Amino acid sequence: MSVVRIPPVLRPSVGGARQVQASGDTLGALLDDLFTGYPVIREQILSPEGGLSRFVNVFVNDQDARFLQGLETPVAEGDTIVLLPAMAGGA
Amino acid sequence: MGQASQLLMRRVRKEVMEWDTAKVQRDLADGERFALVDVRETTEWNEGHLPDALHVPRGFLELRIEEAVPDKDQPVVLYCASGVRSLLAAETLKQLGYRQPVSLAGGYNGWKNAGLPTVLPRTLGDEQRKRYSRHLLVPEVGEAGQLKLLDAKVLLLGAGGLGAPAALYLAAAGVGTLGLVDADVVEASNLQRQIIHSTARIGRRKTESARETIQGLNPDVKVVLHDEWLDKSNVARIIADYDVIVDGTDNFPTRYLLNDASVIADKPVVHGSVFRFEGQVTVFKPHDGPCYRCLFPEPPPPELAPSCAEAGVLGVLPGTIGMLQATEAVKLILGIGEPLVGRLLTYDALSETFDELRVRRDPQCPACGEHAHPEDLPTYEEFCGLPVRSA
Repeated sequence: MSVVRIPPVLRPSVGGARQVQASGDTLGALLDDLFTGYPVIREQILSPEGGLSRFVNVFVNDQDARFLQGLETPVAEGDTIVLLPAMAGGA
Repeated sequence: MGQASQLLMRRVRKEVMEWDTAKVQRDLADGERFALVDVRETTEWNEGHLPDALHVPRGFLELRIEEAVPDKDQPVVLYCASGVRSLLAAETLKQLGYRQPVSLAGGYNGWKNAGLPTVLPRTLGDEQRKRYSRHLLVPEVGEAGQLKLLDAKVLLLGAGGLGAPAALYLAAAGVGTLGLVDADVVEASNLQRQIIHSTARIGRRKTESARETIQGLNPDVKVVLHDEWLDKSNVARIIADYDVIVDGTDNFPTRYLLNDASVIADKPVVHGSVFRFEGQVTVFKPHDGPCYRCLFPEPPPPELAPSCAEAGVLGVLPGTIGMLQATEAVKLILGIGEPLVGRLLTYDALSETFDELRVRRDPQCPACGEHAHPEDLPTYEEFCGLPVRSA
């Protein structure tokens, strides 16, 4: 099991939770497990083609998955997955 | 000079190497590597010194020389007024393990009388010494650092939630020029977090309101008002005069616009953003680290990126994030510490936790990558369907 941290803008898609559990050997498998429980969040994290979105970054521990192996990035028990959308607010 | 002093000087003269002004000048011009140290008193130093000299008064020599000149193998040329105290100083350096201490024969007076260049040091005034005394006590800041701050020009994009606390602390720190970009007026709903404004100034321009507070806090600060929103036509002109940009805007079009312009102009941007209880801070230093487009190649759709006006924000939160931005700006100006380049700091006020994520430069980045053309990138005004405004 890994912890997936949910940013505020995506929390409505997971029933308001700040973090949820999901499991899988790779990031792709783990996200599929996440989508099973929360199907709405899929389109916000993956592009329509099924790759990683260009406006929500996915970090495995503190590393951006785009610069690891993308959805093929191995995930180990206890890893933390961080979903990071851009935030614009400053006012 | 008494007899014992004369004996001492005779002995020291035999043991210490002396260089004349011509040799020191020639070596300096040739770019020879050595440290040049003025060992006179501060009052003498303040009346003029050799270019590029370090100042370590002889009374503090043993205590401070290793911090000033850590490399004991390189030659250290010491000078005083006439070349006597520097002989004794060189003797001291030998005892401290310096391999090649040298005394400048004739000292500062000989140098000056030969018509060689000297410089007048810039110093703080008495009022500034009092005001910045807590900075002067910190070795990493000191007088030289405080002068850097006073010479620095920082542009704040937005005099709002992030810009307000950042501007106040930068002004207090003595950043000499603060530019404020904002075309809004103060509204009652701003005052829950925008602490640079006040109830009495509701309805007035934010830039003018901020200037009033800044000048009340520190009259050393020159405030430059830019009563306009950043757009494609003015961004290059506005950022050109500044050393560091503190980004506290509230929308994606401006953030991408600023990113591309700052990559072109090679200006570091201290980025901050907030949403309800959470904030992000990082430093985009063009070509040293990633840029905004490396991190977020595209802006999210509007439903995933509501502004504070739509989503709300805890009033204290932009204070925390804005002060982290001010801290990073000061570090960049002073050249100290480890700026948040390539690191994104995230803050969650509810759990009271900070986390750090690694941000990489994207070789394919359209703004700062190998084949980038930042001048040709879209500005996203239409993409987001948002007006281009700042905080």
